[in-house]
Amino acid sequence: MSQATTQKLVALTILALVLLVWQFLPPALGVPKFIIPTVTDMLSELGRMYRREDLVANTLSTAWYTLLGFAIGSALGAAIGYLLGLSEFWERVLSPYILALQIAPKVAFAPLFIMWFGYNATPKLLVTVLIVFFPVLVNVLAAMKTVDRDMVNLARAYSMTRWQIFKKVEFPSTLPNLMAGLRIASTLAVIGVTVGELVGGNTGLGFLISYGGGQANAAMVFNAIVLLTVIGILLYSVLVWAEERLLHYLPKKEH
Amino acid sequence: MALEFDHVTKTFALPSGQELTAVSDINFKVEKGEFVSVVGPSGCGKSTILSMTAGLYQPTSGIVRVSGEVVTKPNPHVGFMLQKDLLLPWRTIVKNVEFGLESRGVSKSERRDRAMAELERCHLKGFENHYPYQLSGGMRQRAALARTLAIDPDIILLDEPFSALDAQTKLLIQDSFAETIKEAGITTLLITHDLAESVIMSDRVLVLSERPGTVQREIEIGLPNREHPLARRQMTEIHDYANEIFTLLKLDRRAA
Repeated sequence: MSQATTQKLVALTILALVLLVWQFLPPALGVPKFIIPTVTDMLSELGRMYRREDLVANTLSTAWYTLLGFAIGSALGAAIGYLLGLSEFWERVLSPYILALQIAPKVAFAPLFIMWFGYNATPKLLVTVLIVFFPVLVNVLAAMKTVDRDMVNLARAYSMTRWQIFKKVEFPSTLPNLMAGLRIASTLAVIGVTVGELVGGNTGLGFLISYGGGQANAAMVFNAIVLLTVIGILLYSVLVWAEERLLHYLPKKEH
Repeated sequence: MALEFDHVTKTFALPSGQELTAVSDINFKVEKGEFVSVVGPSGCGKSTILSMTAGLYQPTSGIVRVSGEVVTKPNPHVGFMLQKDLLLPWRTIVKNVEFGLESRGVSKSERRDRAMAELERCHLKGFENHYPYQLSGGMRQRAALARTLAIDPDIILLDEPFSALDAQTKLLIQDSFAETIKEAGITTLLITHDLAESVIMSDRVLVLSERPGTVQREIEIGLPNREHPLARRQMTEIHDYANEIFTLLKLDRRAA
């Protein structure tokens, strides 16, 4: 048996064990199902949510705002990262503020945004944009600072314009870091949307979590968490897939 | 005259506010088609000479001329190569060779034709669609030479292009470079630490002093077979020339 097959087999066995323990251990210990629902409880609750709680619409809404927030936030982060990367002056001037904003807990802005924009989609979109923005910006900026100076000099010696140097040398050089930033950002995007929906929403999986929590319906909360994870994994997988195609020229690392 | 340094001095301002004179009152000329090496102790400003020839920065005083014209900005008639091959990893080899032509208004099809011709001249035919990571160090340096030659330069500057190669590859690549350069008839300035390399590859060797670097001696290498360093390596005279440079650099005294 090849090592890859063994790995898969072991991983699946662990999953099966966890599900089995989840199904049988809490009832055996007398834990009530509003504290820890069993796997079958969750599945039947999933069916009820599908019929009664508009599960599909809520999931799609969350997925849509995750994607939208991720797209806007990473586009802004990349654009400003590249602009600052091109200007040492502005990078130096703005970097302390960027650091401060980067450290500030972005999700804590959610109540403010609700006060400003009301109970609609804008606050959760803003939280997501804000949370996605920084890892992309920081990765791009760091990469711009470490572009091989000799490569830039080579392009200069070939009389390339500033724009050509950016397009042909700097941007492709920073692509691995940009992709790494996007990957980190994709996992944060789900958090941004969820917090936005938890704090002040009437749609989405985050809303179902707070609604389910209020009803002591643990199965509903668990289901929403699982679906949020699935959305995050999907986005992350698309990025990994894109990265493998874009960065095919990098030799594969031997593990 | 392909290249001329006329009383060139270059001073850098250090971040500490002090000034550092890298080279001082450098004078030399390189004739068209000549292969000249520059050797000197570490930090004597060899790379400064190269950067000023490429036009990446200007001398503090004095004049640098390439093909009779004063160099004031990056010069499209100068090609340069470093120890690092500087191939763009995201481009295929042929696209890398085309890189230098992309800012010169050369049409796409002509770029491809010229790149393919250079790859053939540098013995890389068949590797045009490989990516740099798929090639050995020696092949990557040949690809970098093809890229340098593709822009049809008046002069090429080589900054220790062989120093990262293993000993045997180095001999073969020196030989292949020498032949290609001789065939193309291109003026070449080679910066190197390797005394034997400077002797076997050059028509003439400029020996620099310690910093601030200045030309302390020009040694004419009166040997045939410049296009075949491997053959030259067998000649006994090589050792005499290398010894002469060795003495000028006072390497024995520095070792003590």
